[in-house]
Amino acid sequence: MADEETYSRREFLRKSGYAAGGLVGGGLIASLITKQVMEEDPKTNPSDPNLSNDHFNDAFMFFTNRDDFRVLASSCERIFPDDENGPGAIRLGVPFYIDHQLAGPWGNNTKEYMLGPFYKGKRTQGYQSRLNRGEIFRQGIQKIKVMSQMEFQKSFQELEADQQDNILSAFAQNKVNMSGTSSAEFFELMRAATIEGVYADPMYGGNRNMEGWKMKDFPGAQMAYIRQIQSDQFIEMKPQSLHNMLNK
Amino acid sequence: MPKTLPKVDVVTVGVGWTGGILAAELARDGMKVVGLERGKERTTADYLHGHDELRYALRYKLMQDVSKETITFRNNRGQRALPMRQLGSFLLGENLGGAGVHWNGQTYRFFPYDFEIKSLTEKKYGKEKIKKDYLVQDWGITYNEMEPYYDQFEKACGISGEENPMAGKRSNPYPTPPMKSTPILEKFKKATKQLGYQPYQIPSANLSEPYMNQYDQQINACQYCAFCERFGCEYGAKSDPVVTVIPAAKKTGNYEIRYHSNVTEVLYDGEKVTGVKYVDIYSGEEYIQPAEVVALTSYVMNNVKFLLMSNIGEPYNPNTGRGVVGRSYCYQILPGATGFYDEEQFNSFMGAGALGTSINDFYGDNFDHSDLDFIHGGVISITQTGKRPIANNPTPPDTPRWGKEFKRNSIKYYTRTLSVGSQGASLPHRENYLDLDPTYKDAYGLPLLRMTYNFTDQDKKLHRYITKKTAEISERMGASKTVPHPELKDYSIVPYQTTHNTGGAIMGEDPNTSVVNSYLQHWDADNLFVVGASAFPHNGGVNPTDTVGALAYRAAEGIKMYRKNGELLV
Ligand SMILES: Cc1cc2nc3c(=O)[nH]c(=O)nc-3n(C[C@H](O)[C@H](O)[C@H](O)COP(=O)(O)OP(=O)(O)OC[C@H]3O[C@@H](n4cnc5c(N)ncnc54)[C@H](O)[C@@H]3O)c2cc1C
Ligand code: SF4
Repeated sequence: MADEETYSRREFLRKSGYAAGGLVGGGLIASLITKQVMEEDPKTNPSDPNLSNDHFNDAFMFFTNRDDFRVLASSCERIFPDDENGPGAIRLGVPFYIDHQLAGPWGNNTKEYMLGPFYKGKRTQGYQSRLNRGEIFRQGIQKIKVMSQMEFQKSFQELEADQQDNILSAFAQNKVNMSGTSSAEFFELMRAATIEGVYADPMYGGNRNMEGWKMKDFPGAQMAYIRQIQSDQFIEMKPQSLHNMLNK
Repeated sequence: MPKTLPKVDVVTVGVGWTGGILAAELARDGMKVVGLERGKERTTADYLHGHDELRYALRYKLMQDVSKETITFRNNRGQRALPMRQLGSFLLGENLGGAGVHWNGQTYRFFPYDFEIKSLTEKKYGKEKIKKDYLVQDWGITYNEMEPYYDQFEKACGISGEENPMAGKRSNPYPTPPMKSTPILEKFKKATKQLGYQPYQIPSANLSEPYMNQYDQQINACQYCAFCERFGCEYGAKSDPVVTVIPAAKKTGNYEIRYHSNVTEVLYDGEKVTGVKYVDIYSGEEYIQPAEVVALTSYVMNNVKFLLMSNIGEPYNPNTGRGVVGRSYCYQILPGATGFYDEEQFNSFMGAGALGTSINDFYGDNFDHSDLDFIHGGVISITQTGKRPIANNPTPPDTPRWGKEFKRNSIKYYTRTLSVGSQGASLPHRENYLDLDPTYKDAYGLPLLRMTYNFTDQDKKLHRYITKKTAEISERMGASKTVPHPELKDYSIVPYQTTHNTGGAIMGEDPNTSVVNSYLQHWDADNLFVVGASAFPHNGGVNPTDTVGALAYRAAEGIKMYRKNGELLV
């Protein structure tokens, strides 16, 4: 084994190709590749195991006040609530996931075509807002706040679940007036981001402890299924994150 | 003032599948070839830490940056076309290897019927069968003439497959045996056999065993890692341009790839093309690369855009029906049915991009169309490509889109649905075409390509018919509940469908109804070759790249001949 681990990558891949030909070798290749990467770069492995348990990352990159963040968090929780199936959006870290996404390329639409002129398009023409996603969220959250004061004279996060659902449904059904976007567009973005936060790799801030994956029996970033793919049984595997992979 | 560089034999615009194939074939023939690629270099080692659904599948890490360049879209001429502001319906490639890096690798040939669709349909059903406004035409080449080129491309890839009883004749068996079968595929096989159909394993560029191609490039064995479609392969086991053809070209010493080089114009003097203009997007410097032969290998959209921008050939005019450039844009339609299983749970998160089983009993004219008011059909398949959890939240029809019940059902059915799907052929229609947008510009100040496209009556009928067949199969497979896809409405640029865009610079026998001849040589500039699915006169009912690859091999042969005798080849 020790010998194999010192192969150069290229050599390794070449050999593995031959080796995998006749036999089950898939899982073997996978773990060897993982190991080999680590041999090359031991620094990515934190020496103090406690270090990986901190949550320095749980702070605002996009939001500026707690109240707005709570409105977002309560909304996500209604989209993906805590229940007997497992944790909901808040316990999974989804609000932090969304905060971080909004602060980055996704929230700033850096990979989107954002040149004008802007016109309201047909549904089939997709996203036509002049606003970026961060701006859409900021506005949407303000609208949720205003609406919950108007309808129930309380802040959104203090409402009963069904009252919150009422408000969110109004957004989903495009009944709330928004500028430069529509409430349905905002709601769909929030819904999509919530689901992403539940199931994206935990390095992004959601899917805490891979609990999102566990609910779905999804084993995460496995390297290979060549040994299991023909199984008649449903296979439950311990999930693996990209962090695990890098530090194995 | 752009700087003019020394002349080369061949310049390719883009280095994906088609650019890579031309490079390998022509550099090995002794020609000096330059590949201009707007994106960056990438290798197998770049994918090792890539099992990240968010980054690759949803944020399109490997694909075109549409902040720089996109297309505009409208459903019909009455609408204002608006930019496709984010990727959706199809995922355009960028960087070395193009979309070939993040493809699935389902590598089917088109069928003999496709190449002679018009003649065969009229012969059997009469002239009225192809309705007015459908620009269906023969390809100017037959399956038998295409066969050797398919064979070359499949050997470059090492395709893993088994004999398909209903396909055109092969001169050689598939280079490697079919991929593994799985309980999911077996279920489909059993059901389709019971219904009297003939299932076969999908021909795959995820290789069943290690393989050495004709250029001595090794492709490794697929590990069924399930991060394949929209991902690069960390094992070098998915045949893509970077592991199959590009290194073959490089080994000759005759090939140079320039990265970050965005081509902006094909230089045309009215008779021949003299080279291309491009900008180095790092330095901002402009260059002219003169060449004996220019090959457009920049995928359908930009192949057509370059012809229009550089005024080569007559643009298609939907009012008069005259003109050819931009005509016959086609896509694909996706009939299908989802089966929900209350009792069984499947390992559907495992898989590989081209792992699946298909039937061709409803392809082309393999079934009688006498009493049907559409022609052609599509492959019907089950695939096991590895379902990932963000994108896959199947729920039975009456489930709300969010909240408790959504959560319960999407979790439950994530591993309890199997879909039977089809790729329906797409036929050219007078109103579906590509031209230049009058308003919107790309990062280089050039007009965006404008797509005017909607599903046709033919599409809707085909969709309805094939969807019914897929639902029958799903029921036979034992689904507790089968939900057929809803009727086809207007085409939308939003949800992902396929990256199987075709047409706009089609091949044919007649310069009045085609842009290129059967060597993909431009009728109006004999040293310009327009290579890719842009040459398809219609889109077949299977994935296109085997045919794209085969045509690239034919174009390479054409370029070699052209370099010898310097004239139109047909
Ligand atoms: C997710 C996905 C799955 C797919 N699965 C399958 C499948 O299973 N089976 C199948 O048959 N097909 C599949 N395809 C389609 C397949 O990828 C394409 O048919 C194939 O890659 C087309 O090859 P090409 O050379 O025409 O274009 P590409 O491979 O896309 O290459 C074009 C290249 O040109 C470059 N370029 C474009 N414009 C310029 C410019 N102005 N200057 C410089 N360079 C430029 C691009 O950056 C790119 O690298 C899939 C595609 C996608 C996106
Ligand atoms: S499924 Fe196979 S071919 Fe596809 S990326 Fe994984 S190992 Fe490579």
